Amino acid sequence: MIGLGHYLAVAATLFVLGVLGIFLNRRNVILMLMAIELILLSVNINLVAFSAFLGDLTGQVMAMFVLTVAAAEAAIGLAILVVFFRRRGSIAVDDVNRMRG
Amino acid sequence: MIQLIVFLPLIAAIVAGLGGRWIGPFAAKFITTAALFVGAALSWPLFLGFVAGNYQGGWVEHVAPWFSSGDMKVEWALRVDALTAVMLVVVTTVSSLVHLYSWGYMAEDSGQPRFFAYLSLFSFAMLMLVTADNLVQMFFGWEGVGLASYLLIGYWYHKPSANAAALKAFIVNRVGDFGFSLGIFGTFLVFGTVSIPAILAASPGMAGSTIGFAGMRVDTMTLLCLLLFVGACGKSAQLGLHTWLPDAMEGPTPVSALIHAATMVTAGVFMVCRLSPMFETSVTAQAAVTYVGAATAIFAATVATTQNDIKRVVAYSTCSQLGYMFFAAGVGAYGASMFHLFTHAFFKALLFLGAGSVIHAMHHEQDMRYYGALRKQIPFTFWVMVIGTLAITGVGIFGIGFAGYWSKDAILESAYASGTVHGGIAFFLGALAALLTSFYSWRLIFLTFYGEPRWAASEHIQHALHGHHDSPDEEHGDSAHDIATPPVGAGGYHPHESPWTMLVPIGLLALGSILAGQLFHGIFVGAEQGPEFWNGTVAFDAHLAHAAHEVPRWVAYTPFGVMLVGLAIAYNNYLRHPDVPARFVAQFGGLYRFLLNKWYFDELYDRIFVRPAMWLGRLFWHGGDEGIIDRFGPHGAAYAVGIGNKLTARLQSGYLYSYALVMLLGLIGAASWAMWWAR
Repeated sequence: MIGLGHYLAVAATLFVLGVLGIFLNRRNVILMLMAIELILLSVNINLVAFSAFLGDLTGQVMAMFVLTVAAAEAAIGLAILVVFFRRRGSIAVDDVNRMRG
Repeated sequence: MIQLIVFLPLIAAIVAGLGGRWIGPFAAKFITTAALFVGAALSWPLFLGFVAGNYQGGWVEHVAPWFSSGDMKVEWALRVDALTAVMLVVVTTVSSLVHLYSWGYMAEDSGQPRFFAYLSLFSFAMLMLVTADNLVQMFFGWEGVGLASYLLIGYWYHKPSANAAALKAFIVNRVGDFGFSLGIFGTFLVFGTVSIPAILAASPGMAGSTIGFAGMRVDTMTLLCLLLFVGACGKSAQLGLHTWLPDAMEGPTPVSALIHAATMVTAGVFMVCRLSPMFETSVTAQAAVTYVGAATAIFAATVATTQNDIKRVVAYSTCSQLGYMFFAAGVGAYGASMFHLFTHAFFKALLFLGAGSVIHAMHHEQDMRYYGALRKQIPFTFWVMVIGTLAITGVGIFGIGFAGYWSKDAILESAYASGTVHGGIAFFLGALAALLTSFYSWRLIFLTFYGEPRWAASEHIQHALHGHHDSPDEEHGDSAHDIATPPVGAGGYHPHESPWTMLVPIGLLALGSILAGQLFHGIFVGAEQGPEFWNGTVAFDAHLAHAAHEVPRWVAYTPFGVMLVGLAIAYNNYLRHPDVPARFVAQFGGLYRFLLNKWYFDELYDRIFVRPAMWLGRLFWHGGDEGIIDRFGPHGAAYAVGIGNKLTARLQSGYLYSYALVMLLGLIGAASWAMWWAR
């Protein structure tokens, strides 16, 4: 029987993968966007799992909101990325350091 | 009426000082001068009323409460009695005449409203001092005249020597004022009041008591009197604290006449006389006053014999005459002391203003070695200077004489008649000083007005001849003149007599110098009229006054005799055999240099006080201020911030992932805190 614990374990794994994807990835900003999507998805899994476990629909509604926001965020992120590539000719993470103090 | 006398000069000073820019120099001069003339016109009837015995013991005008703190209650009150009336007459008369004189003397100066405002401010402070009913108000006036003196000595503020002299006067006076303020504190401590009549009434009861001071038991009244006397020494330039007075000659000559001859420097004498019942309770303090006064009289007189600057001769003469006043007070002859103060104000102001007239005529040349033969060129100045000299040397015999004859004889006779050891010493020193006084005063006259003209070599005269405008604020120290005997010759220069605004005041002062002694000796020092006139305002000793009249013949004729000796020496050395001084210098070079350098007091103080103070100042400046406070304070803080900035700037790598890591760590930290410690 697959219980709540399994869902949470999958979600946690995905979350950690996403976080590591942000830190360890030095090559590509697109990968970073994808890692953020992973984090958001892991949260969604948590929400849906708890919603089903507790019999409360609120969690699934929240998951729909998160999906919407994630889509919007991905769209904006990609748009920024395109503009950035046009200006700098690169999307390598190591090149994005103009904010250095 | 008394309020008008005291406060008119203040109003005039404020109007002229703050509004001088708008009302213009003429109006400023007019207002200040008019205020003082009104004051003089009101003071004389007051004084004559006291002379006639109309006012008895006087009265007190309460103006306003000042402050009240615990037992200490101080108010602004103007005391009018015989002693005050004498000072009022002296201050307002000399001040008004000096105001008028300055119209001529300062005519070409650009800052006249400022000058006249200072003069009036000084007059106000001095009047406040002499009318004070309590010690705190007296101290207010005391500091006020000190401030005005500072401002006026440094009037030509772009001249470094004037600034230095002003600072010196101020700082040396601080030493005296420290003693004076300690004296006031002590008086309040002992008597519980600062009201002068209350203190004087309680003084005899305190005689013989002791007080702890600096770890010792000392006689209360002696201590208080000596502390107050230190203040008097500072203000009146007595030996030890006299060094500022000759330097104060950097100020314009009318200032020297008003402040550094006739009025301010006599404040110390006035204070001792005002507090005379206190001094009467301590023989030690009286002896100290006598010795300091006598020492100053002889010291300043010896220095005056060698000075070449005409104003410095008169300045040391002032110092010497103040010594006379003090030792008169010291032997208990307060009437004689005040009498000399009164007559001295006339003839010393006259001598200063006369010297100013000579300086004016000689285009601001002050060195007597470059004068000579001015008798015919400026006859009026010559005659008033002769009158002043006759007055200061005490010419007179058999009850007819100039002002100084009466007062100086009264002092010397009182000193002899007092019968004390210090009185006897003071008499002999005073007689010797009288000889020197006669010598240097006639030396001044002979060098200035007789002999051959020696003007040609003077830089100032050269400037005048070649059309340079030579203002008095230019540098002219003795160092500019290195030749011992300048060549003879007029150099084509024609001295001019001063304008009437300068001649009228010196004419009036000459009149005072002739008559002041003759008219008023009875009330000041007479054994019968004296106690009636003073009416307890000074500790007038009728027995002493009586004894002073019955001294042996030789004592009575001593002042006249030494005057003749001094005149004879001066005549011999400067008219008959003008080469004698040079021979004397060649033979006694050491003595001459010792006197010329004023007994090396300035050099001594420079070594003992000025240089260590400068060294200490530099130590605190470089070592303390820059080395510690600045280093660890502002500079150190700024440096630390710079380093901190570099370190924290390194954290700003600009890489997104490091920011995200920090965010994550922060989040973990915050979450842990929320879960474990903030439950």
